[in-house]
Amino acid sequence: METFLTYTVLGIVAGAIYAITATGLVVTYTTTGVFNFAHGAVAMFCAFSYWQLNQQWGWPVWLCLLIVLFGEVPLLALYVEEVYMKRLFGASVVRSLMVTLGLLLILVGGAQALWNGTVQRSLPGYFSNDTVTIFQVVINYHQIITVVIAVLVAVGLRVYFRRFRSGIAMRAVVDDPELLSLSGSSPRNTSRLGWFIGFFLAALAGILIAPQLSVSGLDVNLLTLLVVNGYAAAILGRLRNLPWTFAGGMILGLSENYAAGYLPGHISANLANQIGLLFPVVFLFVALLLLPSARLRAIGRMVVAVPPKIPNLLQSVRSAAVFIVIMWIVAMVISSSIIGSVTQGLALGVVGLSLVLLIGYAGYVSLCQLTFMGIGAYVMSQVAHGGATWWGLILAVVVCGAVGALVALPTLRLQGLYLALATLAFAQAAYYGFFTNISYIPEGGAMAVGRLSIPGISTSGDKAYLVFVAVVFALCAIGILAIRRSRWGRKLVALNDSPAAFATLGMNAAISKMIVFAVAAAIAGVGGVLYAGQPLAISANDVQMFASLEIVLFVTIFGIRTVSGALLGGLAAALLPLASSHLPWWGVGITGIVAGAGISLMAAHPDGVVPIPWINEHLRIPGLAIPLKKKESIDVVA
Amino acid sequence: MSLREQTGARLNLEGISVNFGGVAALTNIHLEVFDGQVTGLIGPNGAGKTTMFNVISGLQKPDRGSVALGDKNVTRFGPARRARLGLARTFQRLELFGSLSSRENVEVALETKHGGGDLTAEGLLHRVGVTSDADRQVSTLPTGEARLVELARALAINPKLICLDEPCSGLDDSETRLLGELLRELASEGRGVLIVEHDMDLVLRICDRIYVLDFGEIIAVGTPDEIRNDPVVQSAYLGTVAPEESADR
Ligand SMILES: Nc1ncnc2c1ncn2[C@@H]1O[C@H](COP(=O)(O)OP(=O)(O)OP(=O)(O)O)[C@@H](O)[C@H]1O
Ligand SMILES: [Mg+2]
Repeated sequence: METFLTYTVLGIVAGAIYAITATGLVVTYTTTGVFNFAHGAVAMFCAFSYWQLNQQWGWPVWLCLLIVLFGEVPLLALYVEEVYMKRLFGASVVRSLMVTLGLLLILVGGAQALWNGTVQRSLPGYFSNDTVTIFQVVINYHQIITVVIAVLVAVGLRVYFRRFRSGIAMRAVVDDPELLSLSGSSPRNTSRLGWFIGFFLAALAGILIAPQLSVSGLDVNLLTLLVVNGYAAAILGRLRNLPWTFAGGMILGLSENYAAGYLPGHISANLANQIGLLFPVVFLFVALLLLPSARLRAIGRMVVAVPPKIPNLLQSVRSAAVFIVIMWIVAMVISSSIIGSVTQGLALGVVGLSLVLLIGYAGYVSLCQLTFMGIGAYVMSQVAHGGATWWGLILAVVVCGAVGALVALPTLRLQGLYLALATLAFAQAAYYGFFTNISYIPEGGAMAVGRLSIPGISTSGDKAYLVFVAVVFALCAIGILAIRRSRWGRKLVALNDSPAAFATLGMNAAISKMIVFAVAAAIAGVGGVLYAGQPLAISANDVQMFASLEIVLFVTIFGIRTVSGALLGGLAAALLPLASSHLPWWGVGITGIVAGAGISLMAAHPDGVVPIPWINEHLRIPGLAIPLKKKESIDVVA
Repeated sequence: MSLREQTGARLNLEGISVNFGGVAALTNIHLEVFDGQVTGLIGPNGAGKTTMFNVISGLQKPDRGSVALGDKNVTRFGPARRARLGLARTFQRLELFGSLSSRENVEVALETKHGGGDLTAEGLLHRVGVTSDADRQVSTLPTGEARLVELARALAINPKLICLDEPCSGLDDSETRLLGELLRELASEGRGVLIVEHDMDLVLRICDRIYVLDFGEIIAVGTPDEIRNDPVVQSAYLGTVAPEESADR
């Protein structure tokens, strides 16, 4: 009984924090229409700022709280609203998603650059962890405060949304912004308020949860991800309903702790720890299954940007040949210290091509593409026993495709946002449950993988392997462009442009969605085999969720609807860490910061860098762009 | 399946009601569309016409009532299944595949299993009166032309019933006249046509039957002549929108 009560208390405390963060997410989502993937990162950043003020500089608690919650949070919210969000009103899900992912990477990169990751930091609980004993359970004041604050937040918001004019306006803004402006409230102010409340609650959750991380101390990734768990609770509230969101947080917190508490005793601590990390992910999947089907809405959206021109087969083969020759020359002249990174960049480019198909053409966001890369490499490692065979490649493709279809399955009925969430959860689940799990992958998570080669041509030299990977990239690029020109590719683009029209013509979106997701996963698997072949191994670190976010963002920055965007995005993702290794400790954040900052560019150029007319005309990337006819000079080549 | 009386109607709405958070957009609507006829649906802005189209095509679930296509109750069917039963529609706020060309827009529809037959994209675009380059990206087309592309795309699935939401806005007089002729032609091929249109001249000229909607309720049904002379309609709608009409009499 006593243990039960203990776990109940722990569950309620954890649930309270989930409830606070999930409530913040829901408030931002309902008032701005944007699902803030950076929510956890905001919590993390604010917790670190609080630590800086309170621990490093020794300022009193009340002052630190005041500065963080009423100084930093409003500034951050205002900045985000001004710089990124005001242009996003009514933008596609993909674009708003990208922007919040960019914000996430900026905050994570910023925190890594500001607070040296090798230093151990911790925050004490409030009232120096004094305790009371209720029903034989020892509870400290920090825990009590956490629960009280969660209840205050829930009650306060409920009253605010029902009783206050601005609160009622906030409920209306997403449904009908025009109606709202007629009624005299400004949608911009309402949206600012939505971001502020969301960030405020994120910061609150971050500050409350940080002292509980007594073992690891404040950790950028861990703090960011802990709040990700709140997503599951928000889904249970269908991203709308605050009481259900609160309940979702509590259910999540309680069941997580009961699960941890009542695991059979013989389970190793390692596995128990993993179950704890996996639990919210499983919970999220279940919550997704419980969601009602999305209602299709005719929204009258028309794509205004002129899409990049699709080269025909001859043109793409010609460009591919030029590209391979250039890479050959590069392989000959490049210094041996960066040749590996270039090769891996090309392999990431193949993963990027899968994103061009999935995001650029079909409009579905995947945040787990590097997980498929890892699965592809893993299959190869198993099949070829640490070497590489063409059979292994075929199997890698099949397994990745099948797993991809399974991941997409629960979200077939739902909107694109939920697919993105499911992929995020899957990336996490695969990382904690598989890639870092020593029962599957020994030796610190590294898997040995060999290099594929064509009979008679050795790829054991780094130069030869670079050219080989370039050839595979070129073939995949030709394939992706062929898909785009095919009937099916056209159907995908149509589905992306208008789901409502797609359905009212009698076509089934679910099947197309599942197939495109499977195909993209399979291509990413190919990328994985190539990627791992360069250093002859792949490790869990390569397939982290954050790395997946980076590749998505880099490809988006360069041009998600172009194969050149995939190439440049892949190269950037592989070469930037190289730069950071030449920098002091603060350099670790550089990739994230650059990727995140690049995303702000999308406000002006939603299609990315490559399709910007000036760039396409003046900086024509040899082998990537195709000579334009004079009259088409504003069009862009893929 | 409800045990409705067999009416022979292509489309049958029975007791449809839709509320948007307390606002009644449609209240107890009964409406029939017959094969071979052009049926008009008129009413002031915000009357609920587009909402009714959404209910018919399956984009909006009604709070009450049933929708039948032919003798099949489709109330619980999604939009795609209804389309496969021969229903096509256009949108008041265009829903074209904006990054594709006019030709490709029509081809995507032709390539569905139920679409096509011996139809071709060129043939359909020509038939509805699209004069611009078929390879031009549709999001760069003027509204009127884009509407016609949408109509061609709807016709590509060879529908038994076609619902048009304000197809003439953006068209000039002669284009409107041609479209009117096309709609009569579609009806004479045995299709049912349901049209929402603010151009009263056109509606009164081409329709066999007209429903008048006001504040989500049907306030009158009848032939163009009956509607023209209905005092309720005149005060609610015609009197304000088309004063020349009443001055004629
Ligand atoms: N998704 C929605 N949510 C809330 N209210 C809605 C929604 N769609 C329509 N309405 C409301 O329902 C009513 C009917 O709208 P509808 O668009 O059907 O009118 P309409 O007759 O097509 O008007 P118009 O001639 O302007 O096209 C309006 O008051 C509108 O504001
Ligand atoms: Mg309308």
